[in-house]
Amino acid sequence: MSPVTASPRLAATAAGAAPAGATTRAPGNPAGSLLPRLLPPAGHPGGDLSAHLGRHGPLPYRGAPRLLIPDVRAAALTGRGGAAFPVHRKLAAVVAAPGRPIVVGNGAEGEPASDKDKTLLRAAPHLVLDGLQLAAEAVHADSAVLYVCCDPWVRQRLEGLIAERAARGLDHLPVSLVAAPARFLAGQESALVSRLSGGAALPAFTPPRVFESGVDGRPTLVQNVETLAHLALIARYGPGWFRAAGTPAEPGTMLCTLHQADGSAAVAEAFIGTPLASLLSLGAAQAVLVGGYHGAWIPAAQAAGLPLSNAALRPLGAFVGAGVLAALPADRCGLAETARVARYLALESAGQCGPCLNGLPRIAAALAQLAGPRPRPQVLAQLSRWAGLVEGRGACHHPDGTVRFVHSALRTFAPEIRRHQQGGCSAASDRPFLPVPAGPAAEADWS
Amino acid sequence: MLTSSTALWYASRATGVVAMVLLTAVVVLGIVVSRQGRLPGLPRFAGLGLHRYLSLLAVGFLVVHIVTAVADPFVSIRLVAAVIPFTSAYKPLWLGLGAVSLDLMAVIIVTSLLRRRIGRRPWRAIHWLAYLSWPAALAHSIGSSTDMQGGPLLGVTVACALAVLAAAAWRLAGAMRAVPRARRVSALMADPRLAASEPLAGQQSAPARELSRAGHR
Amino acid sequence: MTRQLRVNPIACSGHGLCAELLPELITLDEWGYPLLADQAVPARLTRQARRAVTDCPALALLLSDGS
Repeated sequence: MSPVTASPRLAATAAGAAPAGATTRAPGNPAGSLLPRLLPPAGHPGGDLSAHLGRHGPLPYRGAPRLLIPDVRAAALTGRGGAAFPVHRKLAAVVAAPGRPIVVGNGAEGEPASDKDKTLLRAAPHLVLDGLQLAAEAVHADSAVLYVCCDPWVRQRLEGLIAERAARGLDHLPVSLVAAPARFLAGQESALVSRLSGGAALPAFTPPRVFESGVDGRPTLVQNVETLAHLALIARYGPGWFRAAGTPAEPGTMLCTLHQADGSAAVAEAFIGTPLASLLSLGAAQAVLVGGYHGAWIPAAQAAGLPLSNAALRPLGAFVGAGVLAALPADRCGLAETARVARYLALESAGQCGPCLNGLPRIAAALAQLAGPRPRPQVLAQLSRWAGLVEGRGACHHPDGTVRFVHSALRTFAPEIRRHQQGGCSAASDRPFLPVPAGPAAEADWS
Repeated sequence: MLTSSTALWYASRATGVVAMVLLTAVVVLGIVVSRQGRLPGLPRFAGLGLHRYLSLLAVGFLVVHIVTAVADPFVSIRLVAAVIPFTSAYKPLWLGLGAVSLDLMAVIIVTSLLRRRIGRRPWRAIHWLAYLSWPAALAHSIGSSTDMQGGPLLGVTVACALAVLAAAAWRLAGAMRAVPRARRVSALMADPRLAASEPLAGQQSAPARELSRAGHR
Repeated sequence: MTRQLRVNPIACSGHGLCAELLPELITLDEWGYPLLADQAVPARLTRQARRAVTDCPALALLLSDGS
């Protein structure tokens, strides 16, 4: 998928949904507009350090560890990597654990349908790097790492920006850049730690959790790069400013990767709580995939009435995740799309745990059958049995996420299943919609 | 007429032979367990239990073997030579190999008794020393006295060697056939039986299971 | 004290001894991997559970009370 830049039209649309009475001015934006926050205003190039400091001011170090944590707690910032874990709790856990911590900015973005981290690193890298330094100060770390996708041009550019910051004396800690392998699980917390400890990016058995014992046995703070960017803004403008956007339970903004039914895609920054219908044009869509390949399908009619918030999505078995939203056009087969993704997810299994190794390929094969004409009658029962056999029985949540995705497809595309069982298919086009990397992925290196 | 010296000498040799046979069985059983095989008709924990029990039995026979050899006035072997290799006055090389084997065995057994505390990786690494301990024991048994170099006991020697060689070859064959982790999933997905197989509930899909098992040591 | 059995799925290679030693709490799935009952280990089975933990050739079975 070609990298996309922020769509100002969408950002402006989201700004229209600002809570009534919000007057806190966002940096550099026209008065009354709360967006964009992370992404620079249209026309501003990312990476320009002087422009960044001009827009946001100097890096607001607190002068001692822990002092930033109360602000993060008041802001109720949650992780933007998908799990939405409260950031202040992670910071507190890392600083409390014995040993000198290491902080890692996670920009691996193994999800093929997600582009927000790559976009953020291109458009606002200094916010991410600011956040990395502030988080390192807060947990009293002595090492900082940025873990990014394998594109060498991206890494080269980031090396240059880091060197520029070092030359200006901005960063208290030198930042080392580590390449993440192009695997779905490369950004998984324990896989990341395993990679940074010198091994392959394979998930590990927990406990111990990485905040207690991670890279080389040290307490490790792993935060998504977008989370670090939000942190850098909270440190400057305060929790009250952060909470002026979003909902009371889930404050702030988030970056979303939007796949429209017409095939176009963009990364946009939106308030949490924004109606899905204002982010995606749902007119030509039959269903929406929310949360990426470990997320869930929701019928378009239902999605049209939902906001982008976990409070609304959780009861339906979905969650916001890392902000991937895809509107499946009506002329495609939802089962075929699901089967393609399931095959990819099976190939992306680390192959370490018996249930995942055995179950995911079988689930993928069953879905492939279901997506074809006249699937065998026992396929649904087999799917149900295998899904039950893999859930919760891996060292990481890859089987669980896959099962969530598959179950949601069976629910959402139930009418299509019946059609297939009778020998038909309602799709007019077999052009693939969701981005799935090609090739015999399992042969590639995991390190 | 049997003097006490002769009795001690026979006891030492006899217990030595028994210990050698027992240790051979221990190694073979260990390999069977590691390859997830089973003794016909027995549950898997019986194979493992036998592996452990026979190793402790072998230690018992070894204690008698060493004590009688030390006590025997005919040859001068100090007790410390049983533990510190190559320090014996009598046949230092061959007895030394026995001491090497014993030392390694002691480490293996102690770490196995404490395996839960030690952790998987250290325990496994030390357990591999069995592949040094057993050959040292066999060499010791061949070189220390002419017993196992001829007559019926030569047959025992050969049988022990063949048994371990065959088991080790079986183990090696399994390891070489094993699918490396990075290819396990794609190997399974490429298997045409996967799409066609319709395992009933509770029935193991054998070929696919073998594919996945083969990837584990 | 509640004792909970857990499997390290990465270490587990499906030997299956645990299911033989503790059939009340552990069965094997169709691929030979352990399915643990969703309950704490009752006191009368503690000794068996500890034995299963010690006997696992891969040391993949864990009992939460530290033994």
